[in-house]
Amino acid sequence: MKRLGLSGNYAVAYAVKMADVDVIAAYPITPQTTIVEKLSEFVANGELEAEYINVESEHSAMSACVGASLTGARVFTATSAQGLAYMHEVLFMASGLRTPIVMANVNRALSAPLNIWNDHSDAMAERDAGWIQLWVTSAQEAFDATLEAFKIAEDVLLPVMVNLDGFIVSHTYEPVVLPDEGLVRGFVPSRPLQNRVSPKFAYSIGVVGPPEAYYEMKYQVVDAIEKSREKIRDVDKEFGERFGREYKFVNEYMMEDAEYALVTMGALTGTAKVVASGLRKEGERVGVLSIRCFRPFPKEEIVALLGDLKGVGVVDRAVTPGGPSNPLFAEVATTLYERGSRPLLQSFVAGLGGRDVPADDFKSMFGLVKDVVREGKSRPCIYVGLRE
Amino acid sequence: MSRLKGWKEIPIGGTIVEPGSSVEFDVSSWRTFRPVFDKKKCTKCGMCWIFCPEGAIKINDDGTYDVNLSYCKGCGICQKACAVKAITMVKEG
Repeated sequence: MKRLGLSGNYAVAYAVKMADVDVIAAYPITPQTTIVEKLSEFVANGELEAEYINVESEHSAMSACVGASLTGARVFTATSAQGLAYMHEVLFMASGLRTPIVMANVNRALSAPLNIWNDHSDAMAERDAGWIQLWVTSAQEAFDATLEAFKIAEDVLLPVMVNLDGFIVSHTYEPVVLPDEGLVRGFVPSRPLQNRVSPKFAYSIGVVGPPEAYYEMKYQVVDAIEKSREKIRDVDKEFGERFGREYKFVNEYMMEDAEYALVTMGALTGTAKVVASGLRKEGERVGVLSIRCFRPFPKEEIVALLGDLKGVGVVDRAVTPGGPSNPLFAEVATTLYERGSRPLLQSFVAGLGGRDVPADDFKSMFGLVKDVVREGKSRPCIYVGLRE
Repeated sequence: MSRLKGWKEIPIGGTIVEPGSSVEFDVSSWRTFRPVFDKKKCTKCGMCWIFCPEGAIKINDDGTYDVNLSYCKGCGICQKACAVKAITMVKEG
């Protein structure tokens, strides 16, 4: 075990190296670039024996990953925003063909206007692609989630996207504990994966699914991602036993006796926790629930942890223009809808395009949740920090 | 044609594990007229077999011709090609 000062991006690269990947296909894009840059260094200096494919676009990167994965190789790629959008159609092929690809998505706002800073619009636009989505809040979590991702993906035969916030996590240097390589190999052993493309077998892959077959084939993905919950839980538990850190589907902070809570995802969680802890000292019964696994969505946990609260604010770092609400709020509200009694829910949007969300904003969000509970009625979505 | 498979039976990722399995696929669902062959009139010239764009005409053991209804789309080209009018197009019920 050693402790290194690593950026979130480098933490991902080290995890990929230690997982001993066979193929990396990548195209640079800010703020992801330093992940694949570091990996190319590892391959060039012989620290990692892998095929490194320099492709001409993200569309090709994901296509190369799908092809390589179908031969049974362990594959990795990384991207951000426009790159993820450019992969869009191939993302559905990756899940439909059941390729266990692991991809780091360093969250960045989608253009226009051109913006390289953080928000969650890129990943939220791909929420229906049939990918498992993990979300992290620190460099250590980025390292750990990447390792878990390989094990989850290869077991359930679905691709996994590890989301880390652009710059806030990707470029911040933090102490990261790296386990011994031997222990990591024990956790994600190199083994022949289900090998579906080979000269030895006459198989057809990527076939037409006419109306008589498409529905059933699509449902296989629905079933696989639903059932992946169990594997995600097991892998996380085993990770905890081996390395001493366990994450679960959600991260709860001061939720035991909370009356009000904010639901967050990604790096905003840190600030929310600091503010919650301050408010606790003033006697406010507030908590924070951070979503670590967005796909499959942690339905049971949401009902158990939020169902009996008075008020819940959901902080979206993405918008659904013209929709009845925003992506994360929609998931939380839908989950709680099935329950007879539920807390008052308030929708917030904050931090688009890398806009800073300071502690005072969280303080006011906690206050607003309390206000709407007092008023007995939620307000339309509140755009925190927006200038008129 | 065999029964369509349910989602639990289809190989994962839609992989086709048996080569040439597309011959089992029924591609005739849009047919409204079906060719009916009169063996007595047939001169075994094979024009229907040559002209069928779908390869749906099969040769009987006695050298006469018939149709495989899993592939026939009911276009009627065989009827037009038949010089002795051994083929009649009959409306599907």
